Amino acid sequence: MAIEVRIPTILRTYTGGEKAVAGEGATLADVLTDLDSRHAGLRERIVDDKGLRRFVNVYVNDEDVRFMGGLETALKDGDTVTVLPAVAGGAGEGRAGAASVRVTAGGAGVRDSAGG
Amino acid sequence: MLVIAQRTVDEMVEHARRDHPDEACGVVAGPAGSDRPERLIPMLNAARSPTFYEFDSLDLLKLYREMDDRDEEPVVVYHSHTATEAYPSRTDISYASEPGAHYVLVSTREPDTVEVRSYRIVDGIVTEEEVRVVAVLEPEETS
Repeated sequence: MAIEVRIPTILRTYTGGEKAVAGEGATLADVLTDLDSRHAGLRERIVDDKGLRRFVNVYVNDEDVRFMGGLETALKDGDTVTVLPAVAGGAGEGRAGAASVRVTAGGAGVRDSAGG
Repeated sequence: MLVIAQRTVDEMVEHARRDHPDEACGVVAGPAGSDRPERLIPMLNAARSPTFYEFDSLDLLKLYREMDDRDEEPVVVYHSHTATEAYPSRTDISYASEPGAHYVLVSTREPDTVEVRSYRIVDGIVTEEEVRVVAVLEPEETS
């Protein structure tokens, strides 16, 4: 199946700057393997040893493959696969490399110096 | 440096206050390559958490298709911290996936004041930048 795969900005280093590349395969897994043969390293940014990476979204046409067959989602000729890294983040455990602010498990910041 | 209109900053802060104590998140889109944050798009935080945000995956697809149709890109990606400072966390850094964007952090940890700071996050490196708030963005030059 001839599939168009749309590539997000951050992964275009693997495709020579192209924002869409053509792939072949009957399933999403097949297409990713096919792409990787021409754009080495691309697959590993989308898939890890447990399957599709948690914070990379993959869609076939208008649907998120997580709600379809995941990597085994069947594709037909003319389908479009879109890859979009999740837009996510959050205070979580707090400031990167914090020296002056420690964050408790509850998420509250505590300054070492007075005034916290 | 991030140059941004006062009204856009005010709207981001209002959004953060509205969603407090959950983190608020969104983008400000602008014409591709322009570095002009023109169009604020508040997004649903699908995680609805005081310490984590994530755009719903179908909202994200719709957003990127819309920006693509309009020849726009996400000039600003913003979110709020509701109990900590307006500085990127390890989580923020590891998930930052728009190397061209200004990452704006709003902190709503204090009820009477707000912190708004901006950063570049590229290849895991955070660089804080000046935020220049203007009354309105200068009209684009047409030469």
